[in-house]
Amino acid sequence: MALAKRIIPCLDCDKGRVVKGVKFLDIRDAGDPVEVARRYSDAGADEITFLDITASSEGRETTVKTVEAIASQVFIPLTVGGGIRTLDDIRTMLNAGADKVSINTAAVTNPEFVREAAQRFGSQCIVVAVDAKKVSAGGEADRWEIFTHGGRNPTGLDAIDWVRRMVDYGAGEILLTSMDRDGTKIGFDLALNRAVSDAVDVPVIASGGVGNLQHLVDGVLEGGADAVLAASIFHFGEFSIPQAKQFMAEQGITMRLDIS
Amino acid sequence: MNNVAVIDYGMGNLHSVAKAMESLGSDVRVEVTSDAARILAADRIIFPGVGAIRDCMAEIRRLGVDAIVSDALMQGKPVLAICVGMQALMDSSEENGRVNCLGLLPGSVKRFGGEHSLLDADGQRLKVPHMGWNCVRQKTSHPLWHNIADDSRFYFVHSYYVAPDDSSQVAGITEYGHDFAAALNKDSLFAVQFHPEKSQHCGLQLLNNFLHWDGKL
Repeated sequence: MALAKRIIPCLDCDKGRVVKGVKFLDIRDAGDPVEVARRYSDAGADEITFLDITASSEGRETTVKTVEAIASQVFIPLTVGGGIRTLDDIRTMLNAGADKVSINTAAVTNPEFVREAAQRFGSQCIVVAVDAKKVSAGGEADRWEIFTHGGRNPTGLDAIDWVRRMVDYGAGEILLTSMDRDGTKIGFDLALNRAVSDAVDVPVIASGGVGNLQHLVDGVLEGGADAVLAASIFHFGEFSIPQAKQFMAEQGITMRLDIS
Repeated sequence: MNNVAVIDYGMGNLHSVAKAMESLGSDVRVEVTSDAARILAADRIIFPGVGAIRDCMAEIRRLGVDAIVSDALMQGKPVLAICVGMQALMDSSEENGRVNCLGLLPGSVKRFGGEHSLLDADGQRLKVPHMGWNCVRQKTSHPLWHNIADDSRFYFVHSYYVAPDDSSQVAGITEYGHDFAAALNKDSLFAVQFHPEKSQHCGLQLLNNFLHWDGKL
């Protein structure tokens, strides 16, 4: 018996609704985040990640209310990300019932923010979200760069140096998204995952590109991920969480199977 | 009414544990407070904690929470300490360059791995913090384990662990590179390193057991 690898469904929310991949679905079916979170929790999700993609000032109050509602009904860990820029933002989310916050752009624009946040609230609740893209040419050694704004803006930061620095500043976990793979359904960038996992002591969550259950297995066994995050394969009922956990366990991965 | 006081000393997320307790029944009244009289008037007390131990201890002493916890235990009142709350009960912690703690239970708090990498049985490097769902082996048949299967998984998130001097106080053990105390018990005190309020059914069962515990074995 050992520490289990985690499956983390991700709810991308806009103005209080789950929206990821709405192009595949009628918008009315996108889902109430509280309902969706509860359903995933009942199905055995190990954590929930809530990403606020509105992240505008008027949307914040909706987000806080949604986080409060989820935290009042779902008794597994909850991470909240999207628009976390100040210590006050973090305090607001933790008070609303989030267990961790995920910091992305604000870490790039002001790395010291991560240090202050970890000192104030503890590393255990500071997740640094990293969006990386491969920038090395064919034949060169693999090299990835940090991008912001959904992969549009290069930062000049080397991904491996960056995650080391973020952990040094107090990040307790890294949420790693391959911008090359996000939305492709062809699997994680395993070389990127492995390089990041080997570079830091803290847990790494792999994200971006999951299209089937074997991809989840590969993320853990080849990519060295401690947790796997996915949205669309669960939202659209292609696979259920128990199915994913069972499949991973059959490949020799320690999972939390008995949730009663 | 079953009155529960959650001790508020300004450190972190108390919403979760309060909501988890409230979900257990309409007769449960939860108050999040730092007021000594109100805490001692409750039927039972939760002593939570997250973040860095130095900051926690500073606030615990500033608000007199140390005396409140001692008084409650003298009265035989059930007290459940969670995570850094558990660590604060020990003599001292290695965190933040050694911090003196409450000394209510003999032992110290150490960092996973220390100078060396932490390895699992297959020689794979283990990450720190210890984060996620791990098994808890029950060492005693304590009322707080009622209706919880042995080796059930609970949610942990911590980089430091409790090393008690008195092994008879260990109520549960978890393995992460090596065995460590996941739960301690002494008289009306029960302390857990994991987060029952985040451990879904097993965690809620433990909290429910705490609600119905008279503080005796």
